Amino acid sequence: MDFSILLILSQDAVTNSAIYALLAMALILVFGVTRVVFIPQGEFVSYGALTIASLQLGAIPGTVWLLIILACLAAVMETARLLSSGAGRQLPKALVVTLGPPLAIAALVKLCAPLHLPLGWQVLLTMLIVIPMGPLIYRVAFRPLADASPLVLLIAAVAVHFVLVGLGLLFFGAEGVRTPPFSDAQLTIGTLAVSGQSLCVYATSFLFLALLAWFFNKTLYGKALRAVAFNRNGARLVGISPHLSGTVTFALASFIGCLSGILIGPITTIYYDSGFLIGLKGFVGAIVGGLASYPLAAAGALMVGFSESFSSFWLSGYKDVVVFTMIIPVLLWRSLSSVHYEEEE
Amino acid sequence: MIRRVGTITFLLILLLVPLLPPFYLTMGSYIGLYSMVAIGMVLLTGVAGLTSFGQAAFMGLGAYTSALLTTHLAWSPWLTLLIAVALTMLIAFILGAITLRMGGHYLPLATIAWGISLYFLFGTIPLLGGSTGISDVAALRLFGWELRDERVYYYLIWAVCLAALWISTNLLDSREGRAIRALKGGVSMVEAFGASGLRLKNIVFIYSAVLACLAGWLYAHMQRFVNPSPFGLNQGIEFLFMITIGGPFSFWGALTGATVITLLKTVLQGILPKLISQSGNFEIIVFGVMIVIVLQWMRGGIWALVEKLLPPKEHRPVISSSHLETRTQPPHGTPLLKVEAVTKAYGGLIAVKNMSFEVSSGEIVGLIGPNGAGKSTMFNLISGEIPRTAGSVHFGSHTISGLPPAQIARRGLSRTFQHVRLIPGMTTLENVMIGAYLRTGDGIIAAGLKLNRASDDRVRAEAAKQLRRVGLEESMFVPAGSLSLGNQRIVEIARALCADPLLLLLDEPAAGLRHLEKKELARLLSDLRKEGLSVLIVEHDMDFLMNLVDRIVVMEFGEKLAEGLPQEIRSNPAVLEAYLGGV
Repeated sequence: MDFSILLILSQDAVTNSAIYALLAMALILVFGVTRVVFIPQGEFVSYGALTIASLQLGAIPGTVWLLIILACLAAVMETARLLSSGAGRQLPKALVVTLGPPLAIAALVKLCAPLHLPLGWQVLLTMLIVIPMGPLIYRVAFRPLADASPLVLLIAAVAVHFVLVGLGLLFFGAEGVRTPPFSDAQLTIGTLAVSGQSLCVYATSFLFLALLAWFFNKTLYGKALRAVAFNRNGARLVGISPHLSGTVTFALASFIGCLSGILIGPITTIYYDSGFLIGLKGFVGAIVGGLASYPLAAAGALMVGFSESFSSFWLSGYKDVVVFTMIIPVLLWRSLSSVHYEEEE
Repeated sequence: MIRRVGTITFLLILLLVPLLPPFYLTMGSYIGLYSMVAIGMVLLTGVAGLTSFGQAAFMGLGAYTSALLTTHLAWSPWLTLLIAVALTMLIAFILGAITLRMGGHYLPLATIAWGISLYFLFGTIPLLGGSTGISDVAALRLFGWELRDERVYYYLIWAVCLAALWISTNLLDSREGRAIRALKGGVSMVEAFGASGLRLKNIVFIYSAVLACLAGWLYAHMQRFVNPSPFGLNQGIEFLFMITIGGPFSFWGALTGATVITLLKTVLQGILPKLISQSGNFEIIVFGVMIVIVLQWMRGGIWALVEKLLPPKEHRPVISSSHLETRTQPPHGTPLLKVEAVTKAYGGLIAVKNMSFEVSSGEIVGLIGPNGAGKSTMFNLISGEIPRTAGSVHFGSHTISGLPPAQIARRGLSRTFQHVRLIPGMTTLENVMIGAYLRTGDGIIAAGLKLNRASDDRVRAEAAKQLRRVGLEESMFVPAGSLSLGNQRIVEIARALCADPLLLLLDEPAAGLRHLEKKELARLLSDLRKEGLSVLIVEHDMDFLMNLVDRIVVMEFGEKLAEGLPQEIRSNPAVLEAYLGGV
């Protein structure tokens, strides 16, 4: 291996790590606030990439239908909840809040999809479609289980993963997509050529990580979420609604997933089920951080990115084996370094 | 009666399936194989509260190990079965040893990763034939007779599956099994009675992995070829779905779930692609939706609905005398427990500071103090649940500080919990039986093969005796969760007594008890003292203690404030100051 290959591999590694780091943040956040080990995180990545690809073809993405179905389910559940708790008077408002935005987004997409809008608008539309799915999935699948054990939540998460992957195949078919890069610019530093797309990935994820740091450290909502992650009951006692924090968290998760999908779309071919493995690699990063520490998780993401990139050079067929087997020494290290603690059902 | 009729009907149906067309026979064989794996999953997930997505990978390990060694080296499948099982046990042990000490979500995550790795390895290693797999796997031979007939193989599969069902059921009705059933409530309770939570969890995980490996081995020699696709992560997830839908708390739920999912999958794979006019495994959408609905509306699965219709299970009668070995209480007045300058600091906060006191054999000592004085911390320092910062605790001739709770329990200390830790779904009697964990030595294998009956019956008799002693004999067969909080505390005492302790540690036993119940409890404790037992009580009900205990130790702000006879304490100005805020 010579120096230029080393540089190319490292560049690849950093690009992928940036995506894994973003996903690891989302996973830690969701786990901390809602105790859900959010296996379907990667599906937002596929949905993001596949949705923008559909829009670029001028077609209406199938995810719009999913959005409408989810909104209707949420509306039905909300109606049942309000009626059974005798709060029927709040029903009209609840219905407007639940159904209004998704239907408006669907109408907007129907209107704009054939227009072949510029890239920026396509990105915006994609986000409008995918982001509301996070809170809606929380409402439909997880909120009714808010008091269940982490084990039950995990099973529910896996079930949601199955549904989303199956629907991905239904909406987008088995064909993979590769979206055109955001920019064709090339930055040449010595022998190293950095593509505009990679720069986009670095800049966006760096910006986003910084934004997240600001959100959690400086804003009231961010602090409230951290409080919930630290101690759910305590947070509830000081008036932080667990449902609101769940909703916000899942919105952030779908946002991060969708953004990662849009960013990674031009770099690698995305199939309806590609997101799952990408999400799991984010998990490996998050586990390095003990599903709790953001900086350690970012370091973990770098580790995943580098081992993936370098093993694809040395042991191409075993790339994923290397990445996922790495979890064993990582867990061993965590097991030896962390204090034994116990959780009760 | 109805239960027996049901079982016989089920066995008859199993017996008659081979008369149906071959398609149903194949389905029947698959259901048998999946049931085996699902039985392990019920034990792991429904009973012990752990979960794994790697069961399909363990199945693959069994299948591939045997396929490879029988085709390449022409070894006997029976030999390769041993190798496959040994390999599975080793891997499950490593995965368990690494993850089970940490939070419950690490095992599922580790098994996802391991499942994916193994699946990719099956598909990439040239020796394993890549995605086409290994064909021409040898058929099983039994007494020189080749098992090629599908009907014979079907019976073999179900014989193994029913054996697994029988062994697993026996296992849960044993000393180790009761401790396993208690794991979901956290390990500290079983550890207080001498079991190792980590060891039990690891045993359950290895056991479930071996069942999966066995199913994989049977699968390989049934199909006579293996390829990676049936051992992927999705299959691992489907095993979890089987028990979620069938019923995670009962082995019959495993069989129900394996049947429902296998049949439904076949039906859906026929219908859905036509309906959608596109090919693909769309049944996963239906499964996912079903699981979310089941979790939200009927967490006990289908079997819980069936169980509701069935009459309650009959309870095995209790034999009259226990004949378990008992400890000899040391002569009255010999020093038993000696706490020397024990300190516990959490960072800068000192919860217990330089505490020293003694309990002699045959006396009841009360440890009192206002809320937040550090009584319960002191208690947990003695029982070993939390590690001390400095000082030492001696019990008899042993130093027990620094030992884990299970080791301390072995020396003859037995405790109750301030927040009641009974297993609500187990009967009161079974809960009390956990107390006798260290008094018999029946192992997992003896339990699985039902060789533990005699000693287990003695433990039942002993538990019944302790329940009689505390006056709860009539509640023996009701679920412990249905008792009042006061009675649950009494059950905790019966469980602690069932361990045949030298020193009984009681953490606020009178909290939540009515006046008459408190009197009863006081009478019970003084009876125990007459029998030579020593007791240390943490309590803040002064009236309860005053007429009962021999000596009182008063704590305030983590330090010893006073020590003496009850009447001395009652008139001690410092104590009055602490309790009443000055006189």
